[in-house]
Amino acid sequence: MLGDALSLSLGYNATLVTLGATLLGAAAGMAGTFLYLRKNALISDAISHATLPGLGIAFLIAVAFGWDGRQLAILLGGSALSAALGLYFVNWLTRETRLTQDTAIGCILSVSFAFGVVLFTIIQVLPAGRKAGLESFLLGSTAGMLYSDALLILVLSIITALVLVVFLRPIKLVTFDASYSETLGISVRRVDFIILTLTLAVTVLGMKIVGLILIVALLIIPAVSARFWSEKTDIILITSTAFGALSGYIGSAISAVSAGLPTGPIIVLCAFGFFLISFLFAPKRGVLAVALKHYQFQKTVHLTQGLLSLALRQSIYEPKTRRLLQRFGYIRADGVVTEVGKSLAAKTLLNEKRWSYWQETLRESDQFDGQVVFSLMDIETKLTQDQILLIDQGLAARKGKKL
Amino acid sequence: MMSGIALVSDKGVLLNAAADDRNAPFTIRGLTVSYGQVPAVYSIDFTAPAGSLIGILGPNGAGKSTLLKAAMGIVPVVSGQVSFFGKPLKEARYQVAYVPQRASVDWDFPATVYDVVLMGLYPILGLLRRVSKADKAKVAESLAKVGMQDFADRQIGQLSGGQQQRVFLARALTQRADVFLLDEPFSGVDAATETAIISVLKILQLEGKTVIAVHHDLSTVSTYFDHLFLLNRKAVAYGSVTKVFTKDNLVTAYGGKLGAAQLDAIGL
Repeated sequence: MLGDALSLSLGYNATLVTLGATLLGAAAGMAGTFLYLRKNALISDAISHATLPGLGIAFLIAVAFGWDGRQLAILLGGSALSAALGLYFVNWLTRETRLTQDTAIGCILSVSFAFGVVLFTIIQVLPAGRKAGLESFLLGSTAGMLYSDALLILVLSIITALVLVVFLRPIKLVTFDASYSETLGISVRRVDFIILTLTLAVTVLGMKIVGLILIVALLIIPAVSARFWSEKTDIILITSTAFGALSGYIGSAISAVSAGLPTGPIIVLCAFGFFLISFLFAPKRGVLAVALKHYQFQKTVHLTQGLLSLALRQSIYEPKTRRLLQRFGYIRADGVVTEVGKSLAAKTLLNEKRWSYWQETLRESDQFDGQVVFSLMDIETKLTQDQILLIDQGLAARKGKKL
Repeated sequence: MMSGIALVSDKGVLLNAAADDRNAPFTIRGLTVSYGQVPAVYSIDFTAPAGSLIGILGPNGAGKSTLLKAAMGIVPVVSGQVSFFGKPLKEARYQVAYVPQRASVDWDFPATVYDVVLMGLYPILGLLRRVSKADKAKVAESLAKVGMQDFADRQIGQLSGGQQQRVFLARALTQRADVFLLDEPFSGVDAATETAIISVLKILQLEGKTVIAVHHDLSTVSTYFDHLFLLNRKAVAYGSVTKVFTKDNLVTAYGGKLGAAQLDAIGL
């Protein structure tokens, strides 16, 4: 069954939903990347909650004019307007008052939501309101998604992608170094406007599928997950887009075959799955990789210091060092140094002497600047044969002098 | 465009007083900037002659960084004018390069050294022009000038503080500007970086560029700069280092924050 859904052969409606969710996920992944890199992710929460009053008011106005209040274009139009208003107030509060941005977001978010809920309650009692189904925008509902809805999302995703490609340079510059970009004549406010407009568009269109409460997750989680995999903005952007699209695709397919499971939450849980995989298994920034690297570093420190103590015939008090030396067969259980241990200890001592001579005399200003403790590196892998020869000659001459 | 050169002739003279500075590389007239009601800098007049290397010195909170930021349009001004070669910043952007404080950005940002230095070329690259071989050569050249040519592919988060500062300087160099404004370029960097940066600045000066740097180390003032601007919210003194770098001026600028021991240490 799931295979049918994934291969889009579950009928017209399910196919539309899956396509729409995939494209929405992609658009959210793209817009979210820069929202996250700009350290402005929380603003999407204010945007999404600020859609609510607009949704209610748009419905009331439509009904007052005698139109069908459930028309998506009217509802989304109203949501977009009120979200833009909310966004404006957040920025205004941050700029003109002493409130910090997180406080401003908290205010606008909760007040909008409260206002929206009051409106919804009023609508519920109206004769036209009972069937309005506005609450489906809270958590998303893909039942009865129309061809026009899917088309709208398709167009939005394409526009998002185009805008990001065209403005990639200024967006990157502003997210990395806002004040410098201002000096180059690239307006921070204008670039932020682009990022936030894209976010707003994704939020408003995502209300239908994922719901306004959960759309934030689709903007943030794919971007955060993608950050684990790369140190390059472009690759993070592509990865985040892929994570968002896959979450939408798999999530909507699962919800299509299991009657009753809501689409939005399933999509968000899929995104969380990608996050979990990234968080645990990403090769450099993932927690397992970091823990492994730390363990290996600790091991190197203990072994180097242990071997050095052996070479200098000092006692080793640290139990962990003794344990490691023993495990690697450098000392026996009774503390006697093995042959392997002896030769490695001599090698470690030589490494140490060479490094310290190099640091004192030959080191060029900032080679390996501030990065490393020299003793922990094998000098033969870091310097050239010629350099080492020079060091050894220096060491020999020094020894000669002492004698 | 470069008619301000006539002012170079006698560097020892106070140039901001009567000289015709309409075409000077960098001029500030009556600049006041405030955060809230308290002025961060007040009524500053300042003219930088072409080919000068100027240090801006003053205690913490004197408004040194604010002055540069206001000049570059990063913070709004309450009153006053800033001009470069007689033009407002808007019309002279290509001639001015700014080096922000190292700590002003998040170095965990996903980018390489090359990516950051390339940003200096964004104005001429525009939105979509491909990066050409000539552009890449410019980036490489700037990196070589600050001794970072081997680090182009390095992730910026893996650089030491001094290396980060040099990357910022390289980014400004790619702009090929005529005026350079640097905010605390020597703050928290290693000795090798400090030497590298000051020699780059001196070469820029020899090429006739105008360099203005916010500085805080009294002991290096006379070796690094030829002009000195002492600031403590208001201008305290400005002119050649030999004339301005005096005990009286320093005490006026720093007030009680400067001990007799410190003055002795720098031989004043």
